[in-house]
Order: sequence, then structure tokens, then C-alpha cells
Amino acid sequence: MAVLLEKNFPVEAGAYTTAGEASTTIKRTLKQLGISAETLRRVSVACYEVELNLVIHSLGGTLTLLVTPEKVTLISKDVGPGIPDIDKAMTEGYSTASDEARTLGFGAGMGLPNMKRNATEFDIQSEVGVGTTITMSFAL
Amino acid sequence: MEQKRFHSVRLEGEKCRGCTNCLKRCPTEAIRVRGGRAHIIDERCIDCGECIRVCGYHAKVAVTDPLSCINTFKYKIALPAPSLYGQFNNMKSIGQVLNGLKEMGFDEAFEVARGADVVSRAIQERLKKHDLPRPVISSACPAIVRLIQVRFPDLIDHIVDVRQPMEVAAMIARREFSRKRGVPESEIGCFFISPCPAKVTAIHTPIGHEKSAVDGAISVLEIYGPLSSHIRTAQTDTEMETASDLGVGWARSGGECNAVQPENSLSVDGIENCIHVLEEIEDNRLRGLEFFEGAACTGGCVGGPLNFENNYVARSSIGRLASRDLNPELNVDAGMLTKYDLYDDIRIQPNSAMKLDDDLMEAMRKMERIERIYKELPGFDCGSCGSPTCRTFAEDIVQGSATKMECIHMMREQLRVMAEQMVDLAKTTRE
Repeated sequence: MAVLLEKNFPVEAGAYTTAGEASTTIKRTLKQLGISAETLRRVSVACYEVELNLVIHSLGGTLTLLVTPEKVTLISKDVGPGIPDIDKAMTEGYSTASDEARTLGFGAGMGLPNMKRNATEFDIQSEVGVGTTITMSFAL
Repeated sequence: MEQKRFHSVRLEGEKCRGCTNCLKRCPTEAIRVRGGRAHIIDERCIDCGECIRVCGYHAKVAVTDPLSCINTFKYKIALPAPSLYGQFNNMKSIGQVLNGLKEMGFDEAFEVARGADVVSRAIQERLKKHDLPRPVISSACPAIVRLIQVRFPDLIDHIVDVRQPMEVAAMIARREFSRKRGVPESEIGCFFISPCPAKVTAIHTPIGHEKSAVDGAISVLEIYGPLSSHIRTAQTDTEMETASDLGVGWARSGGECNAVQPENSLSVDGIENCIHVLEEIEDNRLRGLEFFEGAACTGGCVGGPLNFENNYVARSSIGRLASRDLNPELNVDAGMLTKYDLYDDIRIQPNSAMKLDDDLMEAMRKMERIERIYKELPGFDCGSCGSPTCRTFAEDIVQGSATKMECIHMMREQLRVMAEQMVDLAKTTRE
């Protein structure tokens, strides 16, 4: 049987005070597993971006960490609102962040492009009114 | 066999009561209480001295070199840390400290602040290279460098490869003294007057280079008394003060940034605060940041556990000294940057003490067991089991250094179940 480690982290919409906690726990886990510094750094950046996206843009969701001997996978699954135009959302500098998020320094429109840049494989599926699922894997 | 790591921070077992003060404060979870006494896990300890500060029983100590060790050299040079100047609030000039040290038996007193001047310039040069990952992280606080080795291995490449001011000061002091007096360098001993145990450890086991240029470290506390009385009578001599105000300012948090003048910098003091910011750097949250200066102690080096004066008073004294406008420019001679070994020649390695296992599969299996055990634990993080948190306790169980029944809450639950069983048993036998 393949060795598999799975951890789930519920992320609340608009919960700025706790934003980043899931990423911190995920980093700790990966450091304890002893994954390379280079992979760790890429996962850290993408993980924080995706967690923040759940807080800023989604109606809430779950961040899942999966580890196999071959790769680390992060799955972000939310319950809406969904992205109408994925291509536009993937464009650097494009952001729909609220004024509240912008006053906190977010909304540079680099979130999704940054995730894609850091992940080995990146996939985004979205349906308006249903939700968005982002799957990122990082080769070990 | 691997040699036992040198640590300045040690435990005096007989004084330890086995309380949880140090356990809860250690930033690398390096302390366990077993058999009623604290133990330090050598591989994890970064010598920050947090435990020395919080131990009410004075069971944690910093091992430094005794003042008498200077006698092993024919010529002795004192290297006062800039933070030493903050210890004497009745002091008028730095010259008094330097003269006072000479009256105590040193042939020369060379300011580490001058080393800081050179280091500031060397860092400015490094910052011009844009291939270094940003933010560039200061290498000045050895406790922070070791913290990064243990907890932030992915940030090692950000640490600037410039040696510490005390190293640079020792190299310059030795060479200048040798020239001036016409004596061989081998007969000259350089002794750092240290505010902290992390620097002591850095002299015994340097990070980034093979051998330290410093021959010993004497605690500020050890010389405070005698130096204090010498200062009262010592001559004020501003001619002796050659370090810049900026170099002196390195004694307190923010001083390095102030001297280096990077475009966008951040200085943080206190080890927990540094951990928070390092997490953010790791997540790439601090975009545009050029330089990060982290000091493990509150207030920077003036807050070192081996200082006498409280760090706020010392900080203000340093502020006064650094704003006299005596030497406003960094004192760095042309050629200084190439004349001395200012840069590290050994790549800093991650410390794998937090790793569960060398084998990834085995580490994953252990992690799964940790999660399972952790779910059964009460989550109070009370420390009664001797591990700092319920999570570390679960890790210790899986690693074989603790057993479940050391948790008093699980033990109580177990007793309750047993008592119920006894009652049931008594009932059945009576019937």
C-alpha cells in the first residue's frame, strides 16, 4: 500500500486574524518530514497564497495537504462564489480583492500566477455559484 | 564518533526543580523535563539564553571564559562589544571604558564597533549584488542564524556571508597591534567582552568559517564590578574613540540597518517576534524587503542575558553615545574590504534536529502515529509530562523518549476507569 499522509485545514472566509495558520502548520509538518529546502520554499509561497485566497475571495473552504513519497500536493476547495473568467484571474496584476483586503496590503493580483510559478503541476477548476478547486503538486 | 557540540548554555542539575518555565519558553523546543529535572537536547539548542532569563532557580547558566584566561597570551587585547558602553550610566565617554579595560590588565582595547563599521560597509557591497535572494538576512546575531538552521532551513541562502563584527575586530586588532609593537601575531590574544552566550558558542564553534579569530569570551557580568570602579577614575580620552557613531549604534536593535542604510529594511528584536517575521519571509509576504536584521534579545545586544544594566536603560545610554556626532561616518580605510577575511568560506548547513527520520517513508509513518496520539491528548499544553506541548509530547512518544502515562490527564482518566472497574468487580463478587 502506498504511504500517504493527509491533513485537512478548514479556512473561514474573511478570517484575517487567523490567516496563515494553516500554512504555518503545513510548513512545520513538511520540515519534520525533512523535505528539501528548495521544495519547502516553493510550497510555503504557494500555500500561503492559496490560503489567503480562501480568506479573501471565497465563501470558505478547506485546504488539504497530501504527501506521498513522490510529491507534496495542496488542494484548496471552496464553496463559492466561483471565478467567472479563469484566464483573466490568472493574469498578473488582475485582482478582485475588496477594499478591506486592499487596506491590509493584499490584492496585488499576483496570487494565482505566483502559485502556478511555484508548483510543479497546477490545475484550477471553477464554476460560478458552485466553487473553485485548485490542485498544486510539488515533486519531491 | 561525532564530537559533542559545544554549548555555552548549560544546566546546573542540582539547582533545577523541574518546573516548566524554561520548557515553555525555548524557541526550538530543546528542553525536556525528565526525572524531575530539565535536560537540554544538544542538537536543537541555539544558545539564545531565553532559559537563563526565565529560570527562577538559576539552574541555567552560560559558560564563558574566566578573566584569568587572558594570561595564556603574552599580549592581551580586549574587544568590548558596543553594548558594554550601555552598562555604565555615569560614563561620559567611551574612552573611559577603553582606558578602564587597560587598567584591568589588557595591553590594548579595540572597539568591536570598529569591526561593525567594516561589516556595515561589506554588507553594503553585498547588497549591490542582485543575485542574492531578498530579503538579505543579517548574520550578526548567532542565535538567529542558528534558529534559521533549525527552524527555517529554506532561508539559509538569504543569510549574508559577512562575518560578525567581533571576528573582524579581532583580525584588525591583532594585525595593527603586531605592526605597532613589532610582535608576532601568535603572541597576541583577543578577548571578546560578551553580552550573550550565543556569541560565546560562535567563538568555540563558528558558523560559516573554520576557526574564530577571537581567542576567548569573557562575560560582561564578570568584569562589570572591577571595570565599573576603574571607569570612575579612568581618563576621558576621545582620541581613543575611533569607531563611528553608527558602529556604536549596532548595540541596539535597528543599529545595523541604520549603519548599512538599505533601501527597504526591517529590524526586529525578541526571538518570538523574529520567528513570526521569518515565517512571513518564508511565505514571501514581505515583498520588496531588501534587508532583515533580527536580534534574539529584546532591544538587541543591550538585552543580552550576560549584561548587568536593564536593556531599556542601556538602550537609552547607547542612544546618547551614538548621537554625540563625534564620528558620524563609518570608519573604514580604503582596502580594508580586501585586506581581511571578511567573508564566510563555509556554506551554512541546515540543522536536521527537527526531522522525524532520515527516511521520508519512515518520517511519514511517524507523523501519522503522532497525529493519532495527539488526538487522544487533552491539548492543555500544560507541560506536566515534561514536554513543552501536547504535540511535542506525541512526537516524543513516537520517538521513544516518553510514554503515554506520563501525561497526568491520561493517567487520571486511566485511574478513573480502573476505579470504576474495581467498583463493578466488588459489586459482582458481593452478589
